[in-house]
Amino acid sequence: MEVKATMSETTKPATTTAGESQSWTLRARQAVERNLPMDHLLPDRQPYYIGSWVYVFGVITIATLVWVIVSGVVLSFFGPQWWHDSNVGRFFNSLHYWSVQLFFVFMVLHLWGQYFMAGWRDGRAATWMIGVVIFGISILTAFTGYLSQQNFAAQFVALNAKDAMNGAGIGVFFNVLNFGQMYGLHVMLLPIGVTFLVVAHIVMVRARGVVKPIDAEGGARP
Amino acid sequence: MRPMGATQEAYYRGVRMVPYDLVKELMLAMAGIGVVAVLFAAFLSSPDVAPVTIATWSQSDPIDFVTTATGELSGSTTSAGYGQPYNSTPDVAQSWGPISPQAWFGIRIPVDSANAFVIEPLQRASFSNTDLGTSLSTWQNASADQQAKWLDAYTTALADATVTDGKVAVAAGTYGPLPVMMSNLLGVAQSGGLDGLLVINGRFYQTDYTQPLLFMGDGGYLDSLATQANLTGDLWGMMNETGQYPGQTWLWLYTMWYQVPPFTSDTGFLGVNAGNADLVVIILMTALTIVLALVPFIPILRDIPRWLPIHRLIWRQYYRPRKSAPTRV
Repeated sequence: MEVKATMSETTKPATTTAGESQSWTLRARQAVERNLPMDHLLPDRQPYYIGSWVYVFGVITIATLVWVIVSGVVLSFFGPQWWHDSNVGRFFNSLHYWSVQLFFVFMVLHLWGQYFMAGWRDGRAATWMIGVVIFGISILTAFTGYLSQQNFAAQFVALNAKDAMNGAGIGVFFNVLNFGQMYGLHVMLLPIGVTFLVVAHIVMVRARGVVKPIDAEGGARP
Repeated sequence: MRPMGATQEAYYRGVRMVPYDLVKELMLAMAGIGVVAVLFAAFLSSPDVAPVTIATWSQSDPIDFVTTATGELSGSTTSAGYGQPYNSTPDVAQSWGPISPQAWFGIRIPVDSANAFVIEPLQRASFSNTDLGTSLSTWQNASADQQAKWLDAYTTALADATVTDGKVAVAAGTYGPLPVMMSNLLGVAQSGGLDGLLVINGRFYQTDYTQPLLFMGDGGYLDSLATQANLTGDLWGMMNETGQYPGQTWLWLYTMWYQVPPFTSDTGFLGVNAGNADLVVIILMTALTIVLALVPFIPILRDIPRWLPIHRLIWRQYYRPRKSAPTRV
């Protein structure tokens, strides 16, 4: 009988009764539908003024992040020593390395582009601020990656970095000489943080749409 | 509060909308970046200079190794007198005025350099070595004053030491048990045993390399290799990579502070000097990051984009003079 009742619920129209209005699930769905309709999330039309290469930097940054994650997943699957002894491993490490370099190049271009466009206008300050946080966490992720390389550069970067970390009192929680801690942060916690915030950043951009040109009618000043 | 969906409809009211394929753009970007990254990976590879081990250090520069180990016993090395979080050396924690988080958090990663890097490995190695066992007993039963005399004499003699068949020889003198202890430690190190002994710590699985890295960092060998590879701090080292590869170029601003006064100065300015550069640079970079995040709310910084005509290049289509009646918005 319980199954029957559940099926009848699913066939009900979207109108709500007094009981349903208490449903957190329904209210969450309605909030998403109100704030992020699919035609905003995946729009097929955009304002005519976005015909500039600067808009492409953000998309390319996402594309490089995908390659960073894909190559990183392969490397983490086979373990931190694999790429030192295997040609295939070395190739995937190189793919990871160059994807990261490209990721930063395009992220910085995207950041400067958004600065000169004052992309935070018209209620988009939070999007800008999350972008800065993504930039910071990405630097930390890349840094732990350098420390996880298990080669000479990793040794010396760790030895130098320990003084900065210890001098600022951070070293007691973030021991750059502890490979296990740096590797764990690099392959799990920090990438999850970057990915989550990038998704939030994209959703915020799509929810509000791209900002109007500076001094456009109906748009705020920077 | 107005839902964002409705806000966007109102925001773009009157703006000419044109077809735009976001998904296709993303797919093309992924394909393009994939081709570039694969070509770079295939033709340029990636940097991977083999790590230095205690074995290679002690084989390549035995005098530096023995001098460092002797320094650990006398407490004159960097790690022996580092202070927090490794040990309790007074008045060495970095501070800026009342701010001294290094001292606040105390000793959380205890490292006793003399015992960890020299005495304990020798105790393990003396299991079937009576000469070494006797020397260790002599050392441990000697007074601190006597130990200091032996160390002074041996350290002075090491300045003129010679190497024969990988062994370090010094001029005859009164060094107590030190020559036997150091000869055995050098032998264990050259065999690769010390690399293992410094990471065991009573555990089988191990991923913490704090001790061997600190020990190698106390010596001059690793540093000389880093100088050859342009990795040291005064050569913008933190953002460099071995070989001809780009390193962490995104750390340029952080690294730059270490190249300029007052961070390079002994006397300094406003209490900032080379001695507390690590602490103040971290504080400065944290503050700058917060400023960057708050740009939308900071006058002048948020106005610069309107003052500079760069946005007119980016949106040149929008700002282009029109012959007919304006239909911008």
